[in-house]
Amino acid sequence: MAVETWLEGTRVCICGGSGGVGKTTTSAAVATAMAARGLTVCVVTIDPAQRLADALGLDALGNEPARVDAAAFAAAGRPLDGELWALQLDAKRTFDDLIERLSPDERTREEILSNRIYRELSGAVAGSQEFTAIAKLHDLAASGRFDLLVLDTPPSRNALDFLDAPDRLTQFFEGRALQALLRPGNVGMRLLGRPAGMAMSVLKRLTGVDLLTDLSSFFRLLGGLLDGFRARAEQVEALLHDPGTRFLLVTSPEREPVDEAIYFHRKLKAARMGFGGAIVNRVHADQLGDEPLDGLAARIVAETGLPGGVARNVAACFADEHALALRDRENVAHLRERLGSDVPLVLVPHLDDDVHDAAGLLRIAGFLFDG
Amino acid sequence: MPGLSDKRILFVTGKGGVGKSTVAAALGIAAARRGQRTIVAELTGQDRVAAAFGRTDGAGHAHELQLAERLFTISVDPQHALDDYLHLKAGALGGVLSGSRTFHAFLSATPGMRELLGLGKAWELAQTERRSADGEPYDLVVVDAPATGHGIATLRTPRTFAEIAKVGPIANQGKALDATFTDPAQTAVVAVALAEEMPVNETLVLKRRLRFELGIELADVVVNALVPDRLGPRQARRVEDALALLRDGASPAVAAALQSAHSEHVRARAQREQVQRLADGLGSAPHELPYLFTPTVDRAGLELLADELEPLL
Repeated sequence: MAVETWLEGTRVCICGGSGGVGKTTTSAAVATAMAARGLTVCVVTIDPAQRLADALGLDALGNEPARVDAAAFAAAGRPLDGELWALQLDAKRTFDDLIERLSPDERTREEILSNRIYRELSGAVAGSQEFTAIAKLHDLAASGRFDLLVLDTPPSRNALDFLDAPDRLTQFFEGRALQALLRPGNVGMRLLGRPAGMAMSVLKRLTGVDLLTDLSSFFRLLGGLLDGFRARAEQVEALLHDPGTRFLLVTSPEREPVDEAIYFHRKLKAARMGFGGAIVNRVHADQLGDEPLDGLAARIVAETGLPGGVARNVAACFADEHALALRDRENVAHLRERLGSDVPLVLVPHLDDDVHDAAGLLRIAGFLFDG
Repeated sequence: MPGLSDKRILFVTGKGGVGKSTVAAALGIAAARRGQRTIVAELTGQDRVAAAFGRTDGAGHAHELQLAERLFTISVDPQHALDDYLHLKAGALGGVLSGSRTFHAFLSATPGMRELLGLGKAWELAQTERRSADGEPYDLVVVDAPATGHGIATLRTPRTFAEIAKVGPIANQGKALDATFTDPAQTAVVAVALAEEMPVNETLVLKRRLRFELGIELADVVVNALVPDRLGPRQARRVEDALALLRDGASPAVAAALQSAHSEHVRARAQREQVQRLADGLGSAPHELPYLFTPTVDRAGLELLADELEPLL
């Protein structure tokens, strides 16, 4: 039930969290479960493991949703009543598409796409991957083809990058200060507090003329796209705040991702974003209960007849596993406390193997949806 | 074969969540122990190394902070690095520029500039003649670099700037950085991976892309967090049999212990397969680090990993 109730009335579900916590798998499992419940769902993912990509029939070159073959899910015991689609996002291409659409004419478009700063360095702009991801999401939402979209967010260093992306990209596109600066003899020059020519010559001396020229034309060209881009960023911003959009936090039970999740949740709350709940992956369960660890090896020998050497090895493994279970319990308690009692939490146990096929996704979906 | 300690700069990169910062810090500790004046420079702005040494006061942010004998850290702040650079290159006028909000807006709007400034600082730390008057030279700079995808883009930034700018200080700076980072005598790139599908794939892609896009050979690969296989196949079979035969009255702890020991064996086996795949792809065996069964990787944990990394230096 858990995640299903979180997603009631949701049209866009965004899975956020720090790198390496299992966001891609979680997103795919959520999408699978909702497709099994009869919805037409598309999961948008950035960088899936090859075997998972294969299982989903993902084609990195497409940049468009492709229908996932449902036969594997039926074979794994859970036919999909709805449709499952998947898309592997190509950030560079999405950005190029955006430029293409916003350009007033062919010439501007060509000039931007062939500008060296754009070509070589635009991928490095903080937030560009995040922005293109939501921009794509926005297009898919506007197409009305899907009941639900599930987005696996880019592995940002800071999950927050995602929320700021539209803003920062707008600022970047505006490059107002820069445009002002590059027009000789204008207000921007005077802002430097020195005669314009002098400041300009310092800048030239520091950057080199060619770089300055390329940068200047880069920002001039992008400046022409500004209105279109700003409108675009506003739509994206509106989608993030739409009542049908909900964030799910994904984390592992280790301390750093948990702290990151707490921070992200606080920011979501401050920004009044819709929020479903938190998913903690790879939790080591405490299976010891109230029994003491002491004398475990002897009990293993007594109850199973295993030789002492094997029993001691088994006991040592279990002692370490138990320590991890205690760690996880403590970190999950910390997460629960900091998120507040009104935030629902679902724990997914640590599994012995990677999830990479239909059966694995259904198994994870089971933990997420049926507890 | 010469070890990593012959270099001046070690770039530690890897997929997010694999323990990149941990390995960078442990390499730093190992080098300092060998008598090298070492600094661990974080380009990711997270002040993690200082935190592992109990310094959560932000003292290592943008400033060189001593953590132990011969061991220093800095969390590089591009803004700060820029101010240093400007004062040096343009003197009083540099001061004017660095105090100008417009100029800062210009730089923060320039794609790749943050990366260039961060790398510039790492490069400066590795110079035998330090720029800053009070800066003592380091024997080794360990760079906790951005995650793989961005790591390659970051390493390519100096060359891109040099090519675009052609002449002038930025071009020269770009060329100097690129020459240092692509010189195997001065710089080594170390990749950190986990024995899982994705990190292994990324590491193999990193190796290829470094070679083809930058002409850099990956110096070493470290596989982090390998669980031990305490049972081995023979004992695992016996445990499996015992699990199947377990009577209903067995105590839950015994059942759970058998299950968890068997799981460890399964996981260790799966990891071995991934390590093998990595070794095949690399053409050599990666260096292995054990999983630490501790709540967090603290200083004691880092010291232990430093012992393990010693042979790489």
